[in-house]
Amino acid sequence: MARVSSSLGWRDRLGTLRARIGVVRHRYRVNPGLYCLGNPTHESPVLVSANYKLSFDSLRGRLAGIDAFILVADTRGVNVWCAAGKGIFSADEVALLVERTALAERVSHRRLILPQLAAPGVAAHTLKKNCGFSAVFGPVRAADIKKFLAAGMKCDEAMRSVTFTLGERATLTPVEVYLALKPLFFAIIFLFVLAGIGADFFSFERGLARSVPAAVATAVGLFSGAVFTPVFLPWVPGRQFWLKGMEVGALAGAGFCYWHDGGMANIGLALWVAALCSYLAMNFTGATPFTSLSGVKKELPRGLACQIVLAAVGLGLWLAAPFIRG
Amino acid sequence: MKMKKFRYLDHTAILRLDGDACVGCGNCVTVCPHRVFALEGKKARIVDPDGCMECGGCAKNCPVGAIFVNPDDGCGCAAYIIQSWINRVTGLRLNLFSC
Repeated sequence: MARVSSSLGWRDRLGTLRARIGVVRHRYRVNPGLYCLGNPTHESPVLVSANYKLSFDSLRGRLAGIDAFILVADTRGVNVWCAAGKGIFSADEVALLVERTALAERVSHRRLILPQLAAPGVAAHTLKKNCGFSAVFGPVRAADIKKFLAAGMKCDEAMRSVTFTLGERATLTPVEVYLALKPLFFAIIFLFVLAGIGADFFSFERGLARSVPAAVATAVGLFSGAVFTPVFLPWVPGRQFWLKGMEVGALAGAGFCYWHDGGMANIGLALWVAALCSYLAMNFTGATPFTSLSGVKKELPRGLACQIVLAAVGLGLWLAAPFIRG
Repeated sequence: MKMKKFRYLDHTAILRLDGDACVGCGNCVTVCPHRVFALEGKKARIVDPDGCMECGGCAKNCPVGAIFVNPDDGCGCAAYIIQSWINRVTGLRLNLFSC
């Protein structure tokens, strides 16, 4: 059986950084199986985790001084909550692993500690039926596990509640930017080609001159939608995310016009800033711990319609500007 | 409570509890990350319906199937929903947004 440490090395920290940026995603895995932490005996607790290395590291990293077994389920490299939501982290999966690792021979008790956020995928009563081990739901955050164990496997209300602190929101923003970069890179190439079009058909110089502000506007929209709005989320008025993004985007667009000039082309680009910011803010629903599927389905059509209209009008103004100037 | 400043759309989440079927085990109270349920006497009760994010942990862990949560596949993520629309219209199985 593999033995793991509760202290994270520089490789782990580098891996965490790369996963947080989004350079590695589903490939960042640990092998499913049973791991030893410290010197567990047959009475030591068994903690269940996902095989996304970020999940595994955040668990073991908080267990200094604890002797325990860690049972890593095969969640295809997906974190606890998302894997549970998609049904990959299930009672069947955990039961299979209990049998494969012969856990019943290593411990005398019949109890597994599951992360609370595994509940959407793992039914405790099914698990008991499948492998004879009963499930105890631990706290939401790995940081509270020592407290949970010390209190005789009990959680208070705070340990059972998800949070969305400034730090937690900020941590999620690099991957939002990273994933948006690729489509936006192609968008800028496309804008460069369009930028050259004028009364004399096409000019490379005009293309270059006009695509620079277009690229700046795109960067402003990206930052305001994927970084600023998530970080300042609770202070941006409104509940619907597309609306929050539209508010921030409108301000950012106005700022863009103020720094450049308020000509027709820049007003068009300001509308593009607002549309892009609104879309990226709406996309952040996928990263928050409080948006429901019903809610997102409700706001999505309105948001998308406004974004498409704004982007189309903005692009139209920007394309028409060189013709009107003559 | 910290999450009170993060409220999503009111009267939108689909969450129902069949009080007659409830056996009062308290699993829903335990697993809910938004503390939507409370145990009153021998029955669970929904005390904050608008706090629900439809994660489905309560329904999954109800031993008598007394809880109904929006069963639609997927998560509360705009890109994922857009992708499922595109795939339904085109008949493809794309994974455009890596989620």
